[in-house]
Amino acid sequence: MILIVAEHSAGKLAKSTLEMVTAARDSGREGPVTVLVLGQNVAPIATEAAAVADQVLVADLPVLATYNAEAWAAATTQIAGEGEAHTVIIGGSRSGREFAPRVAVKLDAPYLEDATSLKANGAALQAQRYTYLARVTETVEAEGPVVVVTVKPGSFEAAAPAGEAGEQYDVELTLPASRVEVTGRSVEKSSRVALTEADVIVTGGRGVGNAENFSKYVEGLADALGAGVGATRAVVDAGWRPYAEQVGQTGKTVQPGAYIALGVSGAVQHLSGMGKSKNIIAINKDAEAPIFKVADYGIVGDINEIVPALIEASKR
Amino acid sequence: MNILTLIRQVPDAEARVKINSQAVDLDGTTLVMDGMDEYGVEEALRLREGGAPIEQIIALAIGPKRNEDALRTALAMGVDRAIHVETDEKFDAVTLSKVVAQVAQAENVQLILVGGQEADWDSQALGAASAERLGWPQLTWTNELKLDGGTLTGRHDVDDGNESFRAELPAVVSTQQGLNEPRYPTLPNIMKAKKKELRKDDAASYGLQNRVRTVNAEIQTRARRNTMIDGKDPQAAAARLLELLRSEAKVIA
Ligand SMILES: Cc1cc2nc3c(=O)[nH]c(=O)nc-3n(C[C@H](O)[C@H](O)[C@H](O)COP(=O)(O)OP(=O)(O)OC[C@H]3O[C@@H](n4cnc5c(N)ncnc54)[C@H](O)[C@@H]3O)c2cc1C
Repeated sequence: MILIVAEHSAGKLAKSTLEMVTAARDSGREGPVTVLVLGQNVAPIATEAAAVADQVLVADLPVLATYNAEAWAAATTQIAGEGEAHTVIIGGSRSGREFAPRVAVKLDAPYLEDATSLKANGAALQAQRYTYLARVTETVEAEGPVVVVTVKPGSFEAAAPAGEAGEQYDVELTLPASRVEVTGRSVEKSSRVALTEADVIVTGGRGVGNAENFSKYVEGLADALGAGVGATRAVVDAGWRPYAEQVGQTGKTVQPGAYIALGVSGAVQHLSGMGKSKNIIAINKDAEAPIFKVADYGIVGDINEIVPALIEASKR
Repeated sequence: MNILTLIRQVPDAEARVKINSQAVDLDGTTLVMDGMDEYGVEEALRLREGGAPIEQIIALAIGPKRNEDALRTALAMGVDRAIHVETDEKFDAVTLSKVVAQVAQAENVQLILVGGQEADWDSQALGAASAERLGWPQLTWTNELKLDGGTLTGRHDVDDGNESFRAELPAVVSTQQGLNEPRYPTLPNIMKAKKKELRKDDAASYGLQNRVRTVNAEIQTRARRNTMIDGKDPQAAAARLLELLRSEAKVIA
């Protein structure tokens, strides 16, 4: 079987889980597509998963109330072993890429990390992934009785419900207690659409000038377009915006339909997080700014003049 | 106790990456110690400077000869000695974690520091896989770290925000921006580093077997439209851009 570990938050199945189902179905690997739901009070999530999967395994346990790498790895390994999974698919989120290597070691399996495509090549599983700050696409492959994969969010279409819902089964697990004690949590909430799910993103760089202008121009344009808000590291370092909005090597990776960069120079570390956007739009007063090299549409001009005009025009 | 910091020598961010016979070719490319790993080296030095009873800070690199330069940089920053497991074979991160685990045990290491995501293979797996092999907990994407006796406290990023944590050593910590500002090696320290030990280990003695084959590598070139609009008349430029986004790119309604 192909085992997928569901990603979910706030009682809902994440879009990434639906993407993993597509990755599994399109991979050419055989066997039922099985979704494993780990957590507490996850019945509604299991039902959502059953709509797209052949079967759903549910571990509803207090020790799984919050994610931790050791419990998630142990749970996934037990189920993969019992179900004789030949492919284990885990989300390419922070947490997924944190516990997946542990699963690979426990199963003594090869690990294909952060795949953007997946296909069977004889007995092997072949994947593409980005390397060298996302400047290179490498094709890698591995084979074994079982292969562990993480899938990069946004790389596959979300699976739509089709046919009959899959059966749900409860599973028994013995899990280790986490040795990391969480002493505080801060959830970065945004009233706007989440960066990794947004179809349009407006990002501000240092060229926006200051925190006040960032609200006026970047948030102003985002609201006019119903877009998510992103920031460069320079902006986050300056304290104008929270780290949750940072796009780039050490921030989020996004690939929206349109990425609008305001006063962003286009450093490689920033490009590595947004260079795969379908359309890149750049506004910068320096005609030589590297961001223009990757832009589909560019305006050479001053943020202070162009953006108010854009907000005005997009409201019409 | 001893700290192990893991290091890779990677292309400078601004350097061009080229492909030769379907693989990345770093010949003639400017290489530097990975910025993410620098945070790890710096943090180890700061923990010691902050009074933690750290006997030795050991830098470990696994890979081709060029990694010596990164190890020399780490020595010049202040680590005590370096180990280079030299190999020209390109091993995947989970396989390399075997070396890390064996070195950590042989060197009586209690804490491993590693970059959150390396700039050559864009992987986050080395720290986590090493932790699993050793049976240790791990803290990834750490941007604040304190060590008191055998207790680590700090803060790290998680999927939807950040968490403060407490954990007992031994542990693996992966680093990221915000943790510290790495120091530059001074000239006297660069001179001193030349006398420090840089031990060469034979990769064959670690029993490595590559599990992931690289079939192909390509530079990402995505054709971009590069339609430039003059911004001298802001209203006209704004109208033109919106029109293009609606009719040509079809990304807004
Ligand atoms: C290890 C490491 C990791 C990193 N990770 C990230 C990351 O995840 N994300 C990230 O973004 N960066 C990252 N960086 C930093 C990156 O190298 C750049 O420093 C950063 O992206 C620059 O941000 P910026 O474009 O906002 O600022 P700048 O480089 O200062 O560019 C500002 C731009 O605004 C333009 N401008 C100025 N005024 C105006 C105006 N009035 N109107 C129009 N245009 C104007 C300027 O021409 C310039 O091009 C990382 C760096 C390192 C070393």
